[in-house]
Amino acid sequence: MERTRKPAVPGWFTEEGGFRLLGTRCAACAAVFFPREDAYCRNPHCAGGGAMEEVPLSRRGRVWSYTDGRYRPPAPYPSDPGEPWEPYTLLAVELEAEGMVVLGQAVPGVGPADLEVGMEVEVVGGVLAEDADTVWTTWCFRPVGGPA
Amino acid sequence: MTDVAVLGAGMHPWGKWGRSFVEYGRVAARAALADAGLEWRGVQSVVGAGTVRGGYPGHVAGAAFARALGWQGARVASVYAACASGAHAVAAARAQILAGQADAVLVVGADAAPKGFFAPAGGDRDDDPDWLRFRLLGATNPAYFGLYARRRMAVYGDTAEDFARVKVKNAAAGALNPLARYRKAVTAGEVAASPVVADPLRLLDVCATSDGGAALVLGSMEFARARGAADPVRIRAVSTVTPRYPRTVLDLPDIATDSGCGTGPGPAGAAVPFRASIARAAYEEAGIGPEELSLAEVYDLSTALELEWYEDIGLCGPGEGAALLGKGATALGGRVPVNASGGLASFGEAVPAQAIAQVCELTWQLRGAAGARQVPGARVGIAVNQGLFGHGSAIVAVR
Ligand SMILES: [Zn+2]
Repeated sequence: MERTRKPAVPGWFTEEGGFRLLGTRCAACAAVFFPREDAYCRNPHCAGGGAMEEVPLSRRGRVWSYTDGRYRPPAPYPSDPGEPWEPYTLLAVELEAEGMVVLGQAVPGVGPADLEVGMEVEVVGGVLAEDADTVWTTWCFRPVGGPA
Repeated sequence: MTDVAVLGAGMHPWGKWGRSFVEYGRVAARAALADAGLEWRGVQSVVGAGTVRGGYPGHVAGAAFARALGWQGARVASVYAACASGAHAVAAARAQILAGQADAVLVVGADAAPKGFFAPAGGDRDDDPDWLRFRLLGATNPAYFGLYARRRMAVYGDTAEDFARVKVKNAAAGALNPLARYRKAVTAGEVAASPVVADPLRLLDVCATSDGGAALVLGSMEFARARGAADPVRIRAVSTVTPRYPRTVLDLPDIATDSGCGTGPGPAGAAVPFRASIARAAYEEAGIGPEELSLAEVYDLSTALELEWYEDIGLCGPGEGAALLGKGATALGGRVPVNASGGLASFGEAVPAQAIAQVCELTWQLRGAAGARQVPGARVGIAVNQGLFGHGSAIVAVR
């Protein structure tokens, strides 16, 4: 049976027409939020009254910092305690247009030795977890022109 | 005048004791009351620093401690602000005293922390940023500390050896503190030989989770004088500020910072990063500057983070933390010892007790009663930390 692909969290990214993170933008002050803020604008300088509109975020950014997880994180991180722990790599990326720093895992195969602060990376789709009938999708960062 | 007197300070020794947080808090409270020379029945108010993991559900901190000490009808409050809980409890007690609601207030914080990484409570909560960072990213607290450490290496040229030196310094101080969990010296070689937890940080760069309790009895200056304490240690400022928008430095437990979009040339306040703004607010309230400090207690959740605090509390300029450490300025015997108590490196985290324990240390130091780790002639101290979800905390104590 074909497994369904479902976002690990709804509304934070889209895979249609190329992978993009989705944020929201305040129509009154142009502040951008990720994770999306649909109910209200959090800018205290905002005049208010603006609608929060969905907006795709920059495809690219630069590495603000990076680290890895050598020990298995606790639940609710999905991981099988029966399997040996494979460290993951975590990136903090400053998005090109928004200037915000967003956390994300690196694509599999990219480790701290492959990274440098300031390096250009792009956001791509990835897999957080799989079970019998669902593939839970997420976002990942990949060095531009680096290992795929 | 915003001063309140520290009448008493007390702790339960920190470690892994396997008992209830209520018991740690009760022991610390009894010690603080004895130090103050006050009967529990003579205290008109108790403020408990809350813990979610140990204290809720099933317990609410203020009343749990009050019941353990014996119900006596005191005013009661419970305060939760994650790592800043203890300082916010001090702020609540101080406000009651300055408002004339109580002459003497007992402040208590205690926890029984689980082993290993801190983790959110169970259940699916996809509107909770703390739950989401674990769920989607596996981003533990040390992962954030690793990000800060690697950033310092890239921007300022800090090295793993610089970070290890913080642990060596704090372990040396902790070895002199009978209340600390870890009481032996650590070498740079031992730090380097410990396993990597979150690149570039190793096990001995990151603080452990612990059990522990700490308590203070605070009172009005009039009450202190009437009881014959002419020159008590005084709390002169308590800062509990939030960040200012846009917050552009990634902080626990957020998945992203604010964007600079839409803020025009930039609102004035946002130029000061959150951690620095916490200390700045306390200095402003106290009318005291960093150059007047005798010592500081800072949240060394990681060795690299302690260097960041040097800069954030104004001991040196941005990027100069490692050089200040290298000169020995922040060690016992240096110009301004930092974490003379041994810090979290020696105590470990017992979340709601930590900020109260910091003030206990300032109290003993300013009284000249800190024994082998005494900072000679200490007159002014600051204790700083930050709580999850934008809770600031800094306390200035003077003698
Ligand atoms: Zn707005």
